[in-house]
Amino acid sequence: MLSTLRNVSGIAGPRAMRSMTYKAPVRDVKFIFDEVVNVWKTFPDTVAQDTVEIIIKEMAKFAENTLNPIYQVGDEGCKWSPTKIDTPPKWNEAYKAYCEAGWPSLPAPEEYGGQGFPLTVDAVKKEFCAAANWTWYMYPMLSHGAVECLLAHGIKELKDRFLPKMTSGEWTGTMCLTEPQAGSDLGVVKSTAKPSGDGKTYKISGTKIFISCGDHQWTSNIIHLVLARLPDAPSGTKGISLFLVPKYKVKDDGSLETKPNCACVGIEHKMGIKGSATCVMSFEDSEGYLVGKPNNGMREMFAFMNAARLTVGIQGLGHAELSYQQALGYARERLSGRAPTGAVAKDKMADPIIVHPDVRRMLLKMKSFTEAARCFIYHTSLIEDKCRWAKDEKELHKAEGELGLLTPIIKAFLSETSFEICNDGIQIYGGHGFIKEWGLEQIVRDCRISMLYEGTTGIQSFDLLGRKIMMNKGKDLVLFANQILTFCQMNMGNVQVLPHILQTMKLATEWVEIAGGLMMAAQKDPNVLQSAAVDFMYYSGYTVFAYMWIRMEVAATKALAAKPADPEFYQAKLQTADFFFSRMVPRTKAYATSCRAPTKVLTQMKDSSFDLGY
Amino acid sequence: CNHFFALLQDLSSHKMKALVALKRVIDYTVKVRVRPDKLGVVKDNVKHSCNPFDEIAVEQAVRFKEAKKVTEIVAVSVGGPKTVEILRGSALALGVDKAILIKLPKDDSEVEPLAVAKILKGIVEKVKPDFVLTGKQAIDDDSCAVPQMLASMLGWSQGTFLSSVAIEGKAATISRETDVGIQKLEIKLPAVFSCDLRLNEPRYAKLPEIMKAKKKPLEEIDVAKTGVDVTPRLQIVQVSDPPTRAAGKKVKTADELVDKLKNEAKVL
Repeated sequence: MLSTLRNVSGIAGPRAMRSMTYKAPVRDVKFIFDEVVNVWKTFPDTVAQDTVEIIIKEMAKFAENTLNPIYQVGDEGCKWSPTKIDTPPKWNEAYKAYCEAGWPSLPAPEEYGGQGFPLTVDAVKKEFCAAANWTWYMYPMLSHGAVECLLAHGIKELKDRFLPKMTSGEWTGTMCLTEPQAGSDLGVVKSTAKPSGDGKTYKISGTKIFISCGDHQWTSNIIHLVLARLPDAPSGTKGISLFLVPKYKVKDDGSLETKPNCACVGIEHKMGIKGSATCVMSFEDSEGYLVGKPNNGMREMFAFMNAARLTVGIQGLGHAELSYQQALGYARERLSGRAPTGAVAKDKMADPIIVHPDVRRMLLKMKSFTEAARCFIYHTSLIEDKCRWAKDEKELHKAEGELGLLTPIIKAFLSETSFEICNDGIQIYGGHGFIKEWGLEQIVRDCRISMLYEGTTGIQSFDLLGRKIMMNKGKDLVLFANQILTFCQMNMGNVQVLPHILQTMKLATEWVEIAGGLMMAAQKDPNVLQSAAVDFMYYSGYTVFAYMWIRMEVAATKALAAKPADPEFYQAKLQTADFFFSRMVPRTKAYATSCRAPTKVLTQMKDSSFDLGY
Repeated sequence: CNHFFALLQDLSSHKMKALVALKRVIDYTVKVRVRPDKLGVVKDNVKHSCNPFDEIAVEQAVRFKEAKKVTEIVAVSVGGPKTVEILRGSALALGVDKAILIKLPKDDSEVEPLAVAKILKGIVEKVKPDFVLTGKQAIDDDSCAVPQMLASMLGWSQGTFLSSVAIEGKAATISRETDVGIQKLEIKLPAVFSCDLRLNEPRYAKLPEIMKAKKKPLEEIDVAKTGVDVTPRLQIVQVSDPPTRAAGKKVKTADELVDKLKNEAKVL
């Protein structure tokens, strides 16, 4: 209220009134935490529910009042000069406030200055930041990934030397993998690393591109994690090692050198996420340290990439949620036409467009997506936490298997469908959706990258079908499908949800059938996996969403039976699920068919026939 | 001799204590709805938070502590069981040292300003602060009465609608926001201060402080034990929505306008 009251006095004219607002969905998070996924059963007793709820409320305030108001200004982008990069106004201050409040250290181990909270609690922080201002959040987000990587694979001296300041946010981190010729195929990375001769350091040389948040003035140092080849390393991905290269070398007494160890030689002009400085990084005999073991770089980098993949799923949810909130507000106020069944707002010149079935179709699509995505994300975060706290090898293996299966689905499905949802947001605004000030078109442009980085949709889909399912002989898929079927069987007595439960059982069963068929066909035809992968990924996503929806419905019916004070909240869950099952689930029929189409339709045409012979 | 030492202690002692009073109210973003029985507004399962003006009071107390004017801050609130969340999240987690809940039987139990002032008087006598800080009014009932009543009951100075406050020794220099401008005053301590919007901008709770809040003392005192009769003196007859705005009427002549203003709107 106070910042709203203050801001009102600063507004200059009607254009400023068009800016977006964000309300963190604290109620929905509580519903999922307490009633659907039941985090409290998995969290250790040391994690107090009331403390977590205070944290969630504070995070909501920060996202709503500090981050969201500076989201649209981020679209003006960064400015590069040979000596520095200027980031959007007030972004640096927001980062300082974020660090002062202690947010960077939320999930990190206490050993390195962290608060040791579950990743699932950190995921709430991510969701709110992603929705309020994803591009700003990329700066601390990449640091978090670098921390995860060092925690999992760094040698002790490196951890002791670099983690405390990275955990607190005093230093940020980046990942430097991509080169002009190497993106999806990191096997052709050319950067080199030569031992300096002191037994500790290496000299790294090469050019990296598309390095998000590669440079800024926010912190006294930036820690780059760089993929490079040692001399005599084997070719391909097996010859890549991971190095830690600080922007400023850290002297033995902890102070920093004044001359930079590497340079940002330019930034990209992009379609979206313009507030993120996407850097070309130049390393010329830059001093660095081997993070873990020689030639183990790809495996080590995956700790970063896997965390990042889940976070990109959260990005999808965030953009969709922000877009939905604006679209809903607009639909409730914008007057146009009359409801098909007769005028609703008789005293007004026209009805608010929310009365129109076509608008409701889009709103419900957005709502059914964001709520299922939220449930999916916290379900998967909890599996991540289970990996951390597994009591034995068996439990760890099981959790890792499920996490491995769900990660590419979260990344690919949430990013792809989020883009569709954000476009629906524009659509609800009509012509105004095309106008910059309303903000909707920026969300679409910012969202577009989520299908490209951290592994494109194609790469993720191939990872799902080719590696996680095929190479595993379908074991993890069958286990997860069984999890769905077990839940369905346990709730067959729930008359209200039964029709959706039966639909979900059919999906889970068909899912395994399709995968099995594709695996068999792939043994004879090497083109099958890539041909089917993306459509199969979509099928998988809708099936997982169906599972999330019936879980939310079962929780809702349980709550309604206890006569809650806010039955509307729970009834809306059932009504949104009705929409999902009758209007979104049918898409699975299309994907089931198209993913099993003969590969011939892709391969039979000559490359030269692709154009019309102009 | 004792008198001399007591004087010395008084002179050298800068150990001031602040009492901050806060209230759990419906969050300002909530679209408040009238209850079906028309005797109040819907409060069940509705988002509540700390009264925004009381957040400003907490912030001011914490700033005094950081400037070493105050060594201890105690927060107090009169409310139902859920008020504990506000004391933890908006007071203890911000840097307040101790909290006291004067517990009403239910979260929506009604209690009027006079009763609150009487209860707070009792707390002041127990805690012995050098001054009381609170928001200028609560955003649910906008009574704007407790700070003034409390000061009067205690026989203390009052500084209300503060946009600035500076404490030096046993006096405070204050600026008050009034309808006709800013009034500057110097008042003696002890005092009751009520905070207005522009006094400060409350900070966000920091994670380490949130973690510490769990271990800080939070005392719950049943309202019956205060000896104050909290039975409402007012009976709510009805609560209803404001009448929906009727469509405007177009008049054809100035005479018609005057006639309507005189006879229908009755403003002439």
